[in-house]
Amino acid sequence: MLTQLSNQCRQDILKMINKAKAGHPGGSLSCIDILTYLYTKEIKLTKENVSSINRDRLVLSKGHAAPALYAILHNIGIIDSYETFRQINSDLQGHPNMNDTPGVDMSTGSLGQGISCAVGMAIGNKILENGHKVYALLGDGECEEGQVYEALMAASHYQLNNLIAILDYNGLQIDGAIGDVMNPAPFKDKFIAFGWTVIEINGHDFQEIKDAVQLAKTSEKPTMIIAHTVKGKGVSFMENKAGWHGKAPSDEELEKALKELQGGCNYE
Amino acid sequence: MSNMATREAYGLALARIVKENDDVVVLDADLSPATKTCYAKEARPDRFINAGIAESNMVGMAAGMAASHMKPFASSFAMFLAGRAFEQIRNSIAYPHLNVKLCATHAGITVGEDGATHQCNEDLALMRALPGMTVLQPCDAVETREMLNYLVNYNHPCYVRMSRLGVDSIYDENYKFELGKISTIIQGKSIAFIASGIMVSEALIAIEQLNQEGIYPSLYNVHTIKPIDQDKINSIAKSYDYVMTLEEHNVIGGLFSAVVEALKIPKIIYPIGIKDTFGESGTPEALMKKYEIHYTNIIDYTKEIMGHE
Ligand SMILES: Cc1ncc(C[n+]2csc(CCOP(=O)(O)OP(=O)(O)O)c2C)c(N)n1
Ligand SMILES: [Mg+2]
Repeated sequence: MLTQLSNQCRQDILKMINKAKAGHPGGSLSCIDILTYLYTKEIKLTKENVSSINRDRLVLSKGHAAPALYAILHNIGIIDSYETFRQINSDLQGHPNMNDTPGVDMSTGSLGQGISCAVGMAIGNKILENGHKVYALLGDGECEEGQVYEALMAASHYQLNNLIAILDYNGLQIDGAIGDVMNPAPFKDKFIAFGWTVIEINGHDFQEIKDAVQLAKTSEKPTMIIAHTVKGKGVSFMENKAGWHGKAPSDEELEKALKELQGGCNYE
Repeated sequence: MSNMATREAYGLALARIVKENDDVVVLDADLSPATKTCYAKEARPDRFINAGIAESNMVGMAAGMAASHMKPFASSFAMFLAGRAFEQIRNSIAYPHLNVKLCATHAGITVGEDGATHQCNEDLALMRALPGMTVLQPCDAVETREMLNYLVNYNHPCYVRMSRLGVDSIYDENYKFELGKISTIIQGKSIAFIASGIMVSEALIAIEQLNQEGIYPSLYNVHTIKPIDQDKINSIAKSYDYVMTLEEHNVIGGLFSAVVEALKIPKIIYPIGIKDTFGESGTPEALMKKYEIHYTNIIDYTKEIMGHE
């Protein structure tokens, strides 16, 4: 089920970026399994509750993965069409804008800021005593921003056990491998030192994603799920290639990628 | 007429400069293929510091390098340099007046499809407000190159604003960059266009069409936004019936403001610029039309203020 749905989202991500002739395929494909799980099993988003804050919310701190967010929102029936992505006058901006798109809970695109906003939303939920969770999805390159650690510090200081962050640990940023550009590792020791519960998983395994989120819900502290992922996951020629960070596939490349994806789920 | 983005010309010039000057250090924050500092990285890997996605730290490190008598050139998108690291620029670079060249690319709405979060229309306002900061904006590839050559031995904090979009060349190879002096590109009559950055080439297209309708605007290029050429601004204000500023920036705090602040006589200045709003995703051309800085908008506005049908 989830495998089929995320496979469909992968195809939509690529079609969207191809049509717009711009966008970020690599980091969208690495996080789509996580978003597929969260939006179908945890954040029970419906057309009725979409504009309410009385539900779990998610901050896409790595806002350039907007195509992944739009693809899952499309497939769960929140947004009708993604044809206008990145075009003028569109409600689907290149980076997500909460005032334009239903289901987008925070405007993001400048790296490092979303996690702070998620902390604020979690504090708000505590004050409102509404019991809702806040999820935040971070990039590994994004974790080079100092602001991320200021947010981590605040989250443990305020014991935000209603905050669950997921790190999309795909090992790549724009200029290359994160270890070559500016190494933010080791992640686990850092997050523990900042007072977070840390769980490490394979970010493309739905059972592991599910187990981690269930465990996070029982934690007394904020939880960071370090999800080991593959940038460009699912499309052989995009996998683990920094060059596919922010490049649109041509018509031929799209066709090749769709064929691969439609050939079935080449991983399980 | 060749077409090249100012960021491309910057990258090429910087690669040569870093090879020829042992004390020049290039910094970037994980955007080197876009800011074009990747050429400098290739030319002198031992003088290239990648800060990672950590612009505030990059700016602080650049300040420290200048304090160690290096000549740092630090790059990112205008949004993440002037915007993200503003207070670090103010207190660690401008206040101690350190020799750091802040070279920002992807300024303004012509960033295009990435949308509002990446389109900085406020950087001139921020940088202009800093005491001692020199603020520059080249209009084509030749001017970018000459500006960079000049800056190597200019030992003051400096902000250079560049664009993503390619622009046709305006100056020929013999162009000489003179800091602080407005450059006259076309001498016309009754209306003066005072433009900066990509709006210079946009103005040129407008002028070509206006000429066919009997309107002959002058065109002035303000590559030095600060310190602004106050004498020239005032002589332009005296010499023309109409004066228009053209910028790809919020009309609050940018070129229009700088020109108005420089006036010693009362004069109406007509602004073309971003009207205190955020941008959005779209092609650069579609955005320029919607936000009314396209050459067609320049033509319409000119005719409107001059009372032509
Ligand atoms: C503050 C800030 N600086 C720079 C950028 C430009 N930028 C967009 S994506 C990116 C690389 C992100 O790498 P990572 O967080 O690892 O994302 P992923 O690999 O998941 O795509 C950069 C530098 C930005 N959006 N925000
Ligand atoms: Mg990454």
